[in-house]
Amino acid sequence: MDGGGALMELFAETWQYLLDADSWTGGGGLVARLLEQLLLTATALVAAMLLGLPLALWLGHLGRGGFLAVNVSNVGRAVPTFALLALLVAADWPGSGDFGPYGRAGLATLIALVLFALPPLITNGYVGMREVPSDVQEAADGMGMSPGQRFRRVELPLALPVVASGVRLALVQVWATATIAALVAGPGLGRIITEGFARNDYAQGMAGAVVVALVALVLELTAAALQRAVDPMPRGPSRRDPSPDGVEPLSGRSTTVEEAPAGS
Amino acid sequence: MTLLAAADTGPSCYSRFVNEWFCWQYVEDRHEQITDALVEHVLITLAALLLGIAIALPLALLARRLPRLESAVMGFSTGVYTIPSLALLPLLVPFTGLSAATVVIGLGLYALTILVRALLDGLRSVPDDVREAATGLGYGRARMLTRVEMPLALPVAMAGLRVAAVSTIALTTVGTLVAYGGLGDLISHGVQRDFKAELMTAAVLCVVLAVVLDVVLVVLQRVLTPWTAGAR
Repeated sequence: MDGGGALMELFAETWQYLLDADSWTGGGGLVARLLEQLLLTATALVAAMLLGLPLALWLGHLGRGGFLAVNVSNVGRAVPTFALLALLVAADWPGSGDFGPYGRAGLATLIALVLFALPPLITNGYVGMREVPSDVQEAADGMGMSPGQRFRRVELPLALPVVASGVRLALVQVWATATIAALVAGPGLGRIITEGFARNDYAQGMAGAVVVALVALVLELTAAALQRAVDPMPRGPSRRDPSPDGVEPLSGRSTTVEEAPAGS
Repeated sequence: MTLLAAADTGPSCYSRFVNEWFCWQYVEDRHEQITDALVEHVLITLAALLLGIAIALPLALLARRLPRLESAVMGFSTGVYTIPSLALLPLLVPFTGLSAATVVIGLGLYALTILVRALLDGLRSVPDDVREAATGLGYGRARMLTRVEMPLALPVAMAGLRVAAVSTIALTTVGTLVAYGGLGDLISHGVQRDFKAELMTAAVLCVVLAVVLDVVLVVLQRVLTPWTAGAR
């Protein structure tokens, strides 16, 4: 918009804001907001995994409900995160009240985060199970495995890479949605951005955006590295029995089944 | 108390005291404002998608020839995905200001990353023997691309476009940060003023818009690729 001078000035101010200790400390400071958002993200992701993965893996094991499991992702993409957050906050329940360490509108935000984490988890969980080759399943049956054994010892280990990429997608989605919560006066780092824009303090808005983007990249890279480190080669399903609800799905290559949900 | 005051002056279902979620009276009284937001929403979405297509097509064609560029494009698109929309828009503001261009470019970037991947996947899905047959028939590179490869890549590419279109409709609402959010501006205003009818109407319209655009693209794909009828 302005000349190069104004642009450089804005970058300088943003840098200044990030170097200023005052912007990191205190009640609404960067550190407090960052911890708030990390707590929100972790809680929502774990809750969504506990809810969604058993259902998806079970459906995939039975081979039923495929239409629902695959289309839930399409529906999830069509619903704007911002609109759902706004509806939850404006409703009588869960509303915009404080919710423990999650802050203002914490419960509404958590519910929205869980809802938006579910589609990639369910779709990838189901697809991962269905992609286990049928001759492998027949071999398991031929060896005299019960359906339960086949599920735990054969299907689940083979499905893990796809399930894990679903968890990564969900993580990215939850972090992005947690940022948007600020648009409805919710908790999290997005508040730094929206407060900056509301006060025409674009340096603050930029600084918040930089922190949000950097943490997002760090989270994604960490998830990808963990995925690779935990599982050198998906040969040898006997290395250990993962728990049935898949709380430790960080393994395998990143076989992405669905496109990531575009940072919404 | 104040409940009585409402009744006989005939306040509509969207007055402060009633504040119903669904209110046709609101839609009638404010239809101009709603239409404006709707039109802005559609225009921003279409502009972002066109921008995405315009850059994705040459980029995908280039990346196919240069493996190094392809891995760079893939890395870049994963990176862009990871950045939340509410953080991407502020990062563009220094360059484009508080304008619709900020939203269009930001959403165009997200659409671009989906479209490049879809185009590359689509071109890769063309069977090698089809290419060989075309070469045997004397097709040159350009004619092979336009007559053989592009049509065969179209179903996969269109699937990508549908994903991009639906998520762009949803993401446009976040543009309200720079006051160009289409229906998102109504949602933002609605949640600030606890104006439930406005909020619900805008939210429903967003979903309807996404569904309509998706149906349009499905029909377009049927028309463009008649040989896939029944396959999908």
